[in-house]
This record gives sequence, structure tokens and C-alpha cells, in this order.
Amino acid sequence: MPQWDLANADCILVMGSNMAENHPIAFRFALQAKQKGATLIHADPRFTRTSALADIHAPIRAGTDIAFLGGIIRHILENDLWFKDYALNYTNLATIIEDAFEDPSQNDGKFSGWDEAKKSYSYESWQYKGEFVPSSLAEHFVNTTESFSDQTKRLQQGPTPKDETLQHPNCVYQILKRHFAPYTPEMVERVTGCPKETFVKVADALARASGREKTGTICYAVGWTHHSTGVQMIRAAAIIQLLLGNVGRPGGGILALRGHSSIQGSTDIPTLYNLLPGYLPQPHGLKPHHSLQDYIDHETTPTGWWHNFPKYIVSLLRAWYGEAGMKENGWGFEWLPKIMGDHSQNPMTLAIEDGLIKGLFLLGQNPAVGGSNAALVQKALGKLDWMVVTDFTETETASFWYKGKPVQAGELAPKDIKTEVFLLPTSLAGEKAGTFTNTHRLIQWHDKVVDGPGDGRSDLWFVYHLGRRLKELYRSSADPRDLPIRYLTWDYPVEGEREEPDAEAVLREINGYTWPDRQQIADFKDLKDDGTTACGCWIYTGVFPKNDHNQARSRKPDGPDGPGTHLGWGFAWPSNRRTLVNRASADPAGKPWSERKKLAWWDAEKGEWDGYDQVDFSTEKAPDYTPDWSKEPAGMDALSGTDPFIMISDGRGALFVPSGLKDGPLPTHYEPVESPVRNPLYGQQHNPTAKIWDRPDNPVHVPEDPRYPHVLTTYRLTEHHSGGTPTRSVASTAELQPEGFSEIAPELAKELGIENLDWVVLSTPRGEVETRALVTERLQPFRIDGRLVHQIGMPWHFGWNGYATGDIANVLTAIVGDPNTGMHENKALTCNLRKGRLDRPQNGG
Amino acid sequence: MGVPARALDYAEPILPGLIPDEAELTAGVRIEPGKSYGFFTDTTLCIGCKACEVACKEWNALPADEVGLTGDSYDNTGRLSANTWRHVAFVEKIATDGKRAAEMAPFQSNWLMMSDVCKHCHNAPCLEACPTGALFRTEFDTVVVQQDICNGCGYCVPACPFGVVDLNEVDGKAHKCTLCYDRLKGGLEPACAKSCPTDSIQFGEVPVLVEKARARVEDLHGKGATDAYLYGAPGEPGATGDLGHLNAFFLLTDRPEVYGLPTAPTRASNRVAPALGAGLATMAGLTLAAIALFAADRRR
Repeated sequence: MPQWDLANADCILVMGSNMAENHPIAFRFALQAKQKGATLIHADPRFTRTSALADIHAPIRAGTDIAFLGGIIRHILENDLWFKDYALNYTNLATIIEDAFEDPSQNDGKFSGWDEAKKSYSYESWQYKGEFVPSSLAEHFVNTTESFSDQTKRLQQGPTPKDETLQHPNCVYQILKRHFAPYTPEMVERVTGCPKETFVKVADALARASGREKTGTICYAVGWTHHSTGVQMIRAAAIIQLLLGNVGRPGGGILALRGHSSIQGSTDIPTLYNLLPGYLPQPHGLKPHHSLQDYIDHETTPTGWWHNFPKYIVSLLRAWYGEAGMKENGWGFEWLPKIMGDHSQNPMTLAIEDGLIKGLFLLGQNPAVGGSNAALVQKALGKLDWMVVTDFTETETASFWYKGKPVQAGELAPKDIKTEVFLLPTSLAGEKAGTFTNTHRLIQWHDKVVDGPGDGRSDLWFVYHLGRRLKELYRSSADPRDLPIRYLTWDYPVEGEREEPDAEAVLREINGYTWPDRQQIADFKDLKDDGTTACGCWIYTGVFPKNDHNQARSRKPDGPDGPGTHLGWGFAWPSNRRTLVNRASADPAGKPWSERKKLAWWDAEKGEWDGYDQVDFSTEKAPDYTPDWSKEPAGMDALSGTDPFIMISDGRGALFVPSGLKDGPLPTHYEPVESPVRNPLYGQQHNPTAKIWDRPDNPVHVPEDPRYPHVLTTYRLTEHHSGGTPTRSVASTAELQPEGFSEIAPELAKELGIENLDWVVLSTPRGEVETRALVTERLQPFRIDGRLVHQIGMPWHFGWNGYATGDIANVLTAIVGDPNTGMHENKALTCNLRKGRLDRPQNGG
Repeated sequence: MGVPARALDYAEPILPGLIPDEAELTAGVRIEPGKSYGFFTDTTLCIGCKACEVACKEWNALPADEVGLTGDSYDNTGRLSANTWRHVAFVEKIATDGKRAAEMAPFQSNWLMMSDVCKHCHNAPCLEACPTGALFRTEFDTVVVQQDICNGCGYCVPACPFGVVDLNEVDGKAHKCTLCYDRLKGGLEPACAKSCPTDSIQFGEVPVLVEKARARVEDLHGKGATDAYLYGAPGEPGATGDLGHLNAFFLLTDRPEVYGLPTAPTRASNRVAPALGAGLATMAGLTLAAIALFAADRRR
């Protein structure tokens, strides 16, 4: 949903986000909703700038979000507050799940299918009864024993098994009720520390913003993703919104407040190891991906929009390998690198430390500050043969070898570090042309304003010329492993003395064109799987629909009387669609649920969908269309006129997720990997599938470790951007938050004799930091199971460079992560705190 | 959604040049000499992001002050000064009797943030105190210091009841907010107001702003924020002591001194007459006493 659509919400829950602080521009629209009478709620461990503007602040202990959200789900179900016409028709609420399915409450905290040896689940018992449902995520392949195509083609043989009366004991409704039954208001208070009266007020406010006339939004950010249960927190929000009928409607939805800058863009055109552009799965060495045909057979879903998958991968291969790709060689499929496991940042860091990785390029990243277990990161950097850092100023990472923590501590001497470090100057946004893709998938072009000073070059320049030189290097190589570089298309025109590549040429390729005559394609429906189209990222098709038309540069807003979808402003993927699943803004018959909140509707006279937005549905599919199962329909033909979630195999919003999630079909409260308390809900303490790299250089606390009794959470301040490099190095922003600190509640400060601005030391077995205490009531202790648990906060974006300096909070954090994303858990861990300073030479120690 | 009609005239990605009367697009106001302009700073919308402070320093090329970590909530700026013309104050009132608030007044509450600025008083005491004419009232009814005329006497500094005007240590001259005089001349709204993401700082014609502000107070009262009131608008607190009204006025929800504003500011010259009177009376008294003494002496 667009950020500006927040203004249409009747209730906004900000959770896992300090929105006013980190997304102040988007927060403008939250305040516009507030002006119109919306209730604004902030559920957060701390009282922040966002809380100050909210109607309700619900304090919760860090890492207990699922207990809180699970309580809301239970409240909605028990009190029958869900939007029946919506949830019954548009979600899998009535779908029947396999008999073998077992809930964590039956199973000491684990779902059925647990394999203790592999420490992972098999997904058979989570499936729809008698069917196998491929994931709606990029990774469609279902990890079970039967062959993929045999299992999943049953989806083409008839509608999914349902009980519309919701009486079947294994229909999703009954499973949900059983699963969330223990999440009572009393339990919510016991786990999260939030007073149950406050919790119930929040649940009621959300439930009120539901139904035909009302909608509510949930906004989250990295306060949810940075947990070992991060994906499931978002899932819990999705269940709430599906039950309340808040998806695909104006002022409804879940707003993922993505990071700065263009983090959305870097998942679309991914910097992630397991994705190809447009959320296509990276071929995997341990999956049946031996040839293009294998890969297509095992990743194409039989029903729903993803059935078009082969067109997107073949067009991508054509864009990358050009004429070298032919039908016979799978359009160059074998030249794509295959992954072998988890190659995300955390295990890569350990692989560097273990000497497996010898070289590192860092473009716009500062892991010495931002990486978990930062002292280990710095030590690991010293094991590299070479490291290239491109940034506009010297980062902590680039200077680790003479200013880093191990060097300061005397554990390493600069002369003993053999890493050859190259620091190359880069351009800032105004010094280069390109795009930003923001939270709402909106791609906005920016022109270059001036040449950067000195030898600064754009990232595009760097990557393009590096590629050009590599191609030159391997030009005459006969080695098969060099073919991917030799055959890569790399023909962007350059301009000016600096030979800057034309960024618009790159965007034209991302958009896609016909092959070989290179006519721009306006819609991804025109992409083909026969090599006659080339496309760098199928979801971006339409951003450059004609050779001279860059839609991302367009800045045509709706006027004061316009519909407010602003279709002329930039380009929102896919197909310039502002709100996904907007078919659901109309009732099953195709009539808007509400005049006030209309977005898409069925025009029976014209026989097509119409709306203020690009409709996210087959334009001519009537609301009363039902698949003809006798013909074993495939793709969109298998979805009825009332199945709005077209990216999902059965077209229904997934309250229950049969595959795609490694830690279970439903969100379940597990304690953070490091927690001061035992899990009050289940015998299972933490996410059984969490990624924990427990090794001597990354020790992890056991629960209730008395040496580390306090909860620690890390975060960012509005005054500093990214890892702090852009703002700590500028005087007028550095002065606003000139020094690192940790926030401590007066109760804990009193206990430890700490006064405001005193030096304090925070410690974990990974490391220690010294910083100043900011004693504030904005932090508060929680009474958990009768025990007082203190919580300490520390901004993580300080370092030793720039005008604003401070110890690096990530020295304290551990390398542990979410099983689905590998994302670290730096929002909730445990630590110790004492008054005083570290024994450092500069402190006279 | 708040898009002004004129925005449609500038929808091309490359503009032919400067947008004439840009403030009409960004603030809904055309800037014309002879009218009175100012700020309405609505603290209930302030999120304390300090974008105003940064935008001000950027546009006016002001250097950073070396303050350091103050420990005073998130306020590391401290005060308005020669180099800092916008200052966001932070006031924490999270708990009462150790109990933290969960349900709060709508809009900003419990952690107060206020972006302070020069008030551009209707009867500006700084201007009255200036012996050189360096301080003058512009065609936009704002008050500006001309550093090329200022002799650094510093009379304006104590004259200001808000502690706004300050002498710069480097050039020894008085400096303060100009309400972006140069931008107003170019048809642009001031940098701080333009950068404010939540429209806590609103720029416009003072009578229009006052009307908006009064409506806002009424609206807030209706929504349950019953503490809201205006400071510095005509006839309201802050517009006291013969200052007339303040062209930069505020919407507050707590007592003025909580935000660092004087409860009843006065014009310095208002204090001159009584002070002069008191002085003259003292003189007269002393003279009489002396005469009496001398007379007594003579009698001896």
C-alpha cells in the first residue's frame, strides 16, 4: 500500500517500528489519518517519538510480539469480531488441513513433522487435505518426499477441500482457535509485561476498524524482522489483517516500512544470495535444478499467477546471456551460479573468519558497525587477502586495520594484518542518476545534478567497468567456468570523459524488450518463454514502456479532486499497481464494500474490472467465474472470480501457510534465543529452527543466565542515517546526537547507583562496550512471571569515525538468526550492566 | 490528498527553471511585500526530528555549535544561538508518581517536543534597542539583522525577552533567524517550514495562520486534547507586555515555561519608564536626604 494511503485508515498500529523516528515522511500520513479521527497505537518496548504522538502506548518486553499479536487474534476469534464476508470468501479460513497436523500445544511447543536429527520440519502434515501447495514465496519447491509435479498437480483437479460451516475440526478456523486459545489477556500480560487492560484496549481499537466501512493498517519495520521469529511476527499481523478484512482495501494492509535507501529495490533486483531478480529462486545445487527444464518443472506452480514463471526466467536469461543463450543450452541456465546452503551475511562472516572466503567487495555497507558480533567481524576482516570498500568517506570497516577494536585492545597489530584494503571514493545520490524503490514498491528516478568531487565514481560505474575489465581478462579463456563472464551481455553505452554508463540503458533492460529487435515491452503479460523477449526483472516491466519513456521520471500527481492513487507519479511494480490484491476492495459480487473505501469494482456492462487503481486481477474475469475442473485448469484459469490473492496457488489469503515457512504454518511465541525468562507458553524455549552459530567466538547465553540478567535492544536515532556514516561525518547532523549512549530506566539506574551521563559498561560474552548512561523513564522494567526484568536500549550506529562517535553496540550482539531469512536478532538479547569504564589505555587503564 | 491544483502545472520531470511563487505550491501562500508573514508552530504535530534545525543550518550556511551530549533527553542543541536559529526542545513527562502513561491525549503528549525560533514580534524590542539601525523590519513584517551595519554593541541581546538574539564569537555581531528573508524575496517559504515532515511548522500570512491556529485549538479540544492553547497569537498568553503579538506563535499543551518560554514576556522599553521613574524617585529622595543632611550639618 502507498504510504499516503495511510491517511485513509481508521486505526493504525505501529509495532516493530519507531515510525516517527525512522520514517518521518511516511509518518506524516499517519498523522493525517489521526486528524481525521483514526486511533494511533504504538506497541513497543520503549516510549519513543512515535509513542509521544500515539493515543495508546502498549509497552512490551522486546521479542514478545507474537504473544501480543496472538492475543489479538484470540480476542478477535473468541469475541467473533472478524469480518465474515471477507474472511470466508477471500482467505483459507474454511480449508481443511491434513489429519496428521498437530499443534505446538499438543506437542510441547513444536508442530508435527519435527525431525530432531535434522533440526527441521518436513511439511507433509501441514498441507491441505490430499493436496500439496507450493509456497507463494520465491522458493516454490516443496521440500517433501514425493515428487513436486505429482503432488502439486492435484491442485488442478478440483477446489481445495473446505468446510464452509467451519465445523470440521481440522479446518483452518478451528485450528486457529485451538492454536491461539492459550494467548489470553492474562497470558499476554505474563509474557509481554503489557498490562492486560492496555492490551484489550489495543485489540478492541483494531477490531473496531474492520468491516465494510472501516479499515486499519499495521506498520512494521526492522523491529520485527530483527528477531529469530521475525517472519512469524509479520505472519501474525497478516492473520489479524485477513481476519479483519484489511488487505487490498484503502487504508488497510500491512505497511512494511523498508530501509534506507532503496532496500526494497535491493530485494527486487536482489542483493540477496537466494533470489534472482523479480523473486525468482536462485538455482540450488542440492535441489533438482540440474537443467533449465528440471528447474522449471520444480519451481512452476500449477495454479495461480506464478504459473507464468518460465516466461520470466527465460526472459531473464536472454537479457543476461543474449545470443549465447539458445533453447539447446537452456538459454544459458547452466551459467547461473548455484547456491549450496545459507550464504547470507552471518554465515559469510564466519566463513571469512574460518578462512574460506579470501576477498570482499563492500558497496554501501559498513559491517564493522552494522554486523552482529562486530568484534568478530573486525577480526575476520583481518583474515582476508583483499577487501574493496567503496564509500564517500572512510568507514569503520575501511579503517578496521588501524582503528578497530581488536587493534585498540592490543589483540592485533596493524603490521600483522595482511588484508590489502582498497578504499575507493563513490558518488552520493545527487552525483549520479538512478532510481530509488521505496516501501510501497514505487520506483522514482533521480537525475544527476553535479559531478562528484575528485575521483568519486558511481556504484554503477564501478561495477560496469569492473565487469568490462573481467570480460577483457577472460576474453580468450577456454575454461568452462569462465563462460558465465565471457557470455554475459555487458553493452551499456557510456558517456562523458568519465565513461559513466547510461543508467537509463540499464533500466531499459530491467524493463525488458523484444529480442532481437529491442522494442521496449509495456507489460509483463507480453513476456515469452521462447527467447523472443529479454527482461532483467519481470515485475519492473512497464517502468520503461517505450524507448523514450521513463515512467519512473514521471511526476504527475492527481489534482485536488483526483482519486488520490496518483498513477502518474513514478511507477509502482507490478503494472503500476498502488495497492496489491485490490480485487478484495470489492465484495464477492464485485461491488465495493463501501463507497467511502472503493478502489476496484466489476463493471458488468463493459464486462471488465475498473477502478481508481490498476486492478490486481484478470481484467475480464467475472466475479461469478468458477474453474471448469473437468479440464484440469492451470494458472489463472484455476482461480475463481472470488480468489483475489493471485500470487498464491489457491488464490486465498493464507491464514494458515502449508509451505514456504521453515518454522511452522502458524506464528507461535518462542522466547528470543537469549532471554531472561523461561517461555511461559510452551516447553520449547526458543524457535526450534532458529539459526544459532554457537561456537567459541560466538557464545550464546542460556535462558535465565544470572550473569546477563537484563534485556538489551538496539536501534537507530532519527538524527543518524544508515550506519551513521552519512551523518556522523557531517557537522550539522553530528551535533544533534554527538555521542553514543545507552538508555536506562531510573529503576535500574537507582539499583546500580548510576546517574545521568555516568559512564557505564555493557557486556556479553561476545564483548564489552563503554558508553554514557541516559537515564530516562522512556525505558521501563517489566514484571514477568512475578520477576522484575530490566531493559536497556542502545543505538547501534556509532563508531570511531566522524564527528559523532561512540562504542559499537554490535560488539555485544550474537550471530543468530531467523530460520527463513537468516536475519539477526539484534532487537532482543541479554546483557550485563555496571557503572564505570573499561580498562583502556586512553582511560588511563 | 493535499495536492494543490498548481502542482499539475509542474508535472514535467525537467522544469524550465525556478517555479515562480513556489510557496504557493509548498505552503499554499503567495509571498507579497506589504503583508505580514510568520510561523505557526503546532507542537502537537512535532515528532522532534530536527529536520528544521538541519534545513536552517544548510540554507543559512550556519556552522555547528560544539555542544556535546547534554543528557537532557534528546536535546543536544541546548538553546537558540547565533549559529542555531531553530532549536527543538525535548521535555519528558512520561510518568506521574512512577506510573508510566499508557493512554494519552491525542497527538503529542508525555514527551513534549517544540521547535523554537525567533518570534518576529509585532513590537520588536531588539529592533527598538538597536542604535545603528542594523535591525530593521522588512517588507514582509519580519525582523532582520544586517551584519554589515551591526556594530556589535549587544543592546539587542538583553532586550529580547525570549533570549533569541545572540552575538557571534567570530564576527562579534548579532545573529538570529531572518525568517529566510532571501527565500521570501524569491517566493520560497522558509527552509524549516518546507522541511517539516508533519507540518508542525506552518508558514503563511499571520492573520490566516491565526485563524487556522484557532480552529486547530478548537478541533483539539473536541478530540480530547483539552490542554491545547495558543502562545503569542493576538490576545493570547505570550502576546503580553506591549509586544503586540508574535508573528511566530505556537500551539502548546503545557505551561510556557515547561518549553522554556517566558510566561509573560514584556517589551524592554516597558520596563524603562518604571525603571526611569524609580531611578528619578531614588535620585530625588537621595537629593532630599542630602539636602536635609547638609541642612542639619549647617545647623550644628
